[in-house]
Amino acid sequence: MRVLVTGASGMLGAGVAVALAARGDDVRTFQRGAPSVSGVDDMRGSLTDAAAVARAVAGADAVVHLAAKVSLAGDRADFEAVNVDGTRTLLDAARAAGARRFVYTSSPSVAHAGVSIVGDDALPADPDRARGDYARTKARAELAALEADAPGFATVAVRPHLVWGPGDTQLIGRIVERARAGRLPLLGRGAALLDTTYIDNAVDAHVAALDRADDVHGRSYVVTNGQPRTVAELMAAICGAAGVAAPRWRVPASVARAAGGVVEAVWAVAPGEDEPPMTRFLAEQLSTSHWYDQRRTRAELHWTPAVGLDEGFERLAASYRA
Amino acid sequence: MSSDGVAARAEASLPPHPLPGLDPAFSRVVHVPVGTGTEGDGIGVGAGAGARNGASGAGGAASASGVSHGWHVLDNGAALAARGIQPRGTILCVHGNPTWSYLWRELVSAAAERAERDPANAWRVVAVDQLDMGFSERTGTVRPLATRIADLSALTRELGIEDGPVVTLGHDWGGVVSLGWAVQHRESLAAVMLLNTAVHQPEHLAIPAPLRLALRRSLLERSTVATPAFLETTLALAHPRLDPAVRDAFRAPYRGAARRAGIGGFVADIPVSPEHRSFAALDAVAEGIRSLHVPAVMLWGPRDPVFGDQYLADLITRLPQADVHRFEGTGHLIAEDVNYAPVLLDWLASKVPAGAGDPDASVGPAASPDRDAADAGSRSGEVTAPFRPMGAVLDELRASDRTALVEMAPRGASSAPRSVSWRLLSRRVTELAAGLSASGVRPGDRVSLLVPPGADLTAVLYACLRIGAVVVVADAGLGLAGLGRAVRGARPDHLIGIETALAAARLLGWPGQRFSATTLAPPVAAALGVRASLPQLAALGAESSTPLPEAPGADDTAAILFTSGSTGPAKGVVYTHRQLAAMRDALAAQYGIGAGTGLVAGFAPFALLGPALGATSVTPDMTVTRPGTLTATAVAAAAAAANATVLFASPAALTNVVATAASLDAAERGVLASVRTLLSAGAPLGIPLLERVAELLPNATVSTPYGMTEGLLLTDISLDEIRSAARQPDEGVCVGAPAASVRLRVSPLDELGEAVGSLTDEPGVTGEIVASAPHIKERYDRLWITDTASKRDSAPERRWHRTGDVGHFDAAGRLWVEGRLPHVLVTADGPLTPVGPEQRIETLPAVARAALVGVGPRGTQQAVAVIETRDAARRVVLAPAELTAEIRHVTGIDVAAALVVRVLPTDIRHNSKIDRAALSRWAAGILAGGPVREP
Repeated sequence: MRVLVTGASGMLGAGVAVALAARGDDVRTFQRGAPSVSGVDDMRGSLTDAAAVARAVAGADAVVHLAAKVSLAGDRADFEAVNVDGTRTLLDAARAAGARRFVYTSSPSVAHAGVSIVGDDALPADPDRARGDYARTKARAELAALEADAPGFATVAVRPHLVWGPGDTQLIGRIVERARAGRLPLLGRGAALLDTTYIDNAVDAHVAALDRADDVHGRSYVVTNGQPRTVAELMAAICGAAGVAAPRWRVPASVARAAGGVVEAVWAVAPGEDEPPMTRFLAEQLSTSHWYDQRRTRAELHWTPAVGLDEGFERLAASYRA
Repeated sequence: MSSDGVAARAEASLPPHPLPGLDPAFSRVVHVPVGTGTEGDGIGVGAGAGARNGASGAGGAASASGVSHGWHVLDNGAALAARGIQPRGTILCVHGNPTWSYLWRELVSAAAERAERDPANAWRVVAVDQLDMGFSERTGTVRPLATRIADLSALTRELGIEDGPVVTLGHDWGGVVSLGWAVQHRESLAAVMLLNTAVHQPEHLAIPAPLRLALRRSLLERSTVATPAFLETTLALAHPRLDPAVRDAFRAPYRGAARRAGIGGFVADIPVSPEHRSFAALDAVAEGIRSLHVPAVMLWGPRDPVFGDQYLADLITRLPQADVHRFEGTGHLIAEDVNYAPVLLDWLASKVPAGAGDPDASVGPAASPDRDAADAGSRSGEVTAPFRPMGAVLDELRASDRTALVEMAPRGASSAPRSVSWRLLSRRVTELAAGLSASGVRPGDRVSLLVPPGADLTAVLYACLRIGAVVVVADAGLGLAGLGRAVRGARPDHLIGIETALAAARLLGWPGQRFSATTLAPPVAAALGVRASLPQLAALGAESSTPLPEAPGADDTAAILFTSGSTGPAKGVVYTHRQLAAMRDALAAQYGIGAGTGLVAGFAPFALLGPALGATSVTPDMTVTRPGTLTATAVAAAAAAANATVLFASPAALTNVVATAASLDAAERGVLASVRTLLSAGAPLGIPLLERVAELLPNATVSTPYGMTEGLLLTDISLDEIRSAARQPDEGVCVGAPAASVRLRVSPLDELGEAVGSLTDEPGVTGEIVASAPHIKERYDRLWITDTASKRDSAPERRWHRTGDVGHFDAAGRLWVEGRLPHVLVTADGPLTPVGPEQRIETLPAVARAALVGVGPRGTQQAVAVIETRDAARRVVLAPAELTAEIRHVTGIDVAAALVVRVLPTDIRHNSKIDRAALSRWAAGILAGGPVREP
């Protein structure tokens, strides 16, 4: 199968490209900068460039679309151009090129208004409820992808929640860096439960969605490890893996809760050029619970997480020791 | 209503839409010719207009002219017809004052939906707006009860449903109108269903205050018509409050005084005296329903300031076959407070089943209570021994001077123990029985006993059993509020209590004729409304020459025992005489208790059985309501008083006995050495404590029975068996093998934790524990839904009771209890019972006690461990990482979090039972990012 993977400069995109290539698929990557993966057919370009997109998707049987503008700040028009228009451009080009499957990497934030999430399954994407430009444009793009679902063109949306793993420069890197400097606070008691996804499991879920697309087309799936943990435990485990002291000081939960949780976007997907301010980044995270019902996802994608949290943290620790 | 008293007229119309929950497709206007009813038309303009207008329905002629009347009805008949469904009959729904057919919207829709799923059991639902009410015609007339019944009859004739089968359903004054229709259409009637209503004002009771107020002539028009006060007051009675949109929907037909004349008319039609124009009509309904032998059901909201429990009690005397469910916490607008529609449809399906033939075949004596009782007696699968009344031993030993009872510290007396011989006890019981009879206590009357265990309680209990009065026993441990709910729920006719109980009864308005345990000073007795004391009753009985009533039958109701309330509101559990006798026999067989056995009764429920067993019962010196006050010395003294070989005690009492054992002298230890059997009745005790008890009682078998109010003795396990079970890998607490005459099964849990599996005794299968025995309860009192659910496996030849506990059998057939069914966690991997993991967590050195609870939606719950550490935490914290890891390791469960609390909350009654439901809600709040509070 010839597969185009967009956004392969990020941890998840690169992981998907490697996994597909490793099993013998013919993989091409497409993103603006250098891919984080070698040994694949790489093309550079922007989603806002329709001609470049058409060239990239030429000959593909399937597309895994991970590229997006990811940040908490930035010009609203840029989000629209990359996330919504870019996705539409890619959908049109893929269909025109004869691709038969399209996996869209979305975010759980497309369906939620920042309140606590306790065991929900994937609700329909809702641009009116999603908070912030990122989530709103991702919601519109997901709706566009699912609307494009048609006989002979199977589209699926995968919404991984808080992807992490060795080499993650985003959240893990930042938490460790802050902790090392003694400037990592715990918000409230750190008792809110969070679902996270170990990188290998997120990659496997994308591959599963691609393989199952003919049966599960037109649907959305939240993907997690299915092992919610308290924020405090997650922080301690990350810091422990990196060999730095866990957070000891707290900021009031009310400050944290005022913000809501949209940072999974930053944690999950490819690095954008807009680095969010660290304080905002932490304040918006980690104060309300976000965990999901994984039964439908696992049953319909024929997928279960292969790497548990404990093993994931061991692998993370090994990467720091290396 | 205009100033000259002539109400405005207005045509019937359709409601505006949308209204919440109301499908406009079911709404229509029906024109019914005037003068076709049996009572003619209403009083006033339009009365007697007799020209029959053949046209009706959509093409109907003018209505407010007096030729016909326009009715707005909700009717799912057309919807059923459109789907080719032939209904079995019609449910005719009549609202009260001041609501309208909107009250029945859920039933109309639910019946239509159910008809599609199960066409063979389809029922058409017709819910009317009574004339001058809702969106029906404003006739400009006054319509007394008789007219309203005739109106309804005319409507059913017009609709072609009067030949039945018809099930009537009414609420408030609609209940009266619907029953009026029922009485006049017996041949068409399949069943009657009622929500809070009344057909009779008991003479000795006052008219409820809110109605008295509305009835005052000066207020009547203003409160009901000129202003929406009556309407608004009614709408404010919902629990919880009505959604504003629903409230507006109820108001919709009553905007403006001109549309509210009917509300005032209804209130004015309440017959407050025999002179009232509707008195005779109401009386005809109230008496007429006594001979309605069709199935009946009443759903009741006790928090109703108008139609309170006293009217339910009155209705039950008129329709004794009725199934009753009181929804604790709900009120007058019960149709808004609870999801009543599926309850009624389920009831109908079970009581008027499809294929029962024409309604005549399903009515008649088959539904009468006497016949039910006869059926109960023929349960050949259980009845193994001939019935021997509870009082049989008292009769046999009436000339014996041996000791029946010893009170080591009689109430109000000095420290001298009091002994009562069989002769004295027997005579006392007979005298009290005669005295109670002479004071108006009739067979079948309910008598609430609010007397602490002891000689007085024993005597009056057996006296009540002798005359067929039903004893209501509610444990003081329920607390005043719980006790009050229990007493009001059971609706006793008489109340016998100590002074504090009578004071509470007076203060809180508990029902019933009152008797005091001891003779009170006359002013006190008068102030408390006490008719007589037990000594006075005995004296009265001694003088009475009237013979006692015939002894009750084996299958007559004997007792209502209230559950502890630790698993929801306290439930009244009904026992027949046969079942009480079976309980006595089960105890006798299991523990070898018989005539002459000396019994130290540190646990009240079993102690009351002593006189039935022929045992000599000794009540030790302790505060009965606080079992932890029982000392080792007091046990030894009690045992010495009757050469006791059997000791009953609760776990709390045993804990204190062990704690005070150091003060025993050699003689006292010698007395305890003669005890052969110890029963630790209540929550299971740990091995270390039981071993210390065994040291005190070196020759005793230490037994722990398992049971509940609904079946007091289901299994039994000895200390030796507990020790050997501790080495088994099974989940939960081993409670031993079934007691004699008990059969146990489990109903396996499905992947959603519902106990839906077929009954099995296969080892290793976890499910809800289901028990069958001659001494299992007859039913729950006035809790039809609970009762039906609890016995849903029962067949005519064998009754089964669902215990609400979950567990499994081991290979040796012993039962292991794994927790309460509502406390089962349901994760994505399936159900998870809490007790086993909790026990394993409690093996960790740092942990004192643990509870495993679920957070999140059932089916995808996350397990959370809540623990009390040995070094008590000062406040709620997350468990340290190492402890959390140990908990995951030792349980094999991927718990999402472990929370450490200072102390685990326990329910009031059982200080060893952790309130997991509350704990689960508490943990869910914290783990959702909410504020961190103490549990």
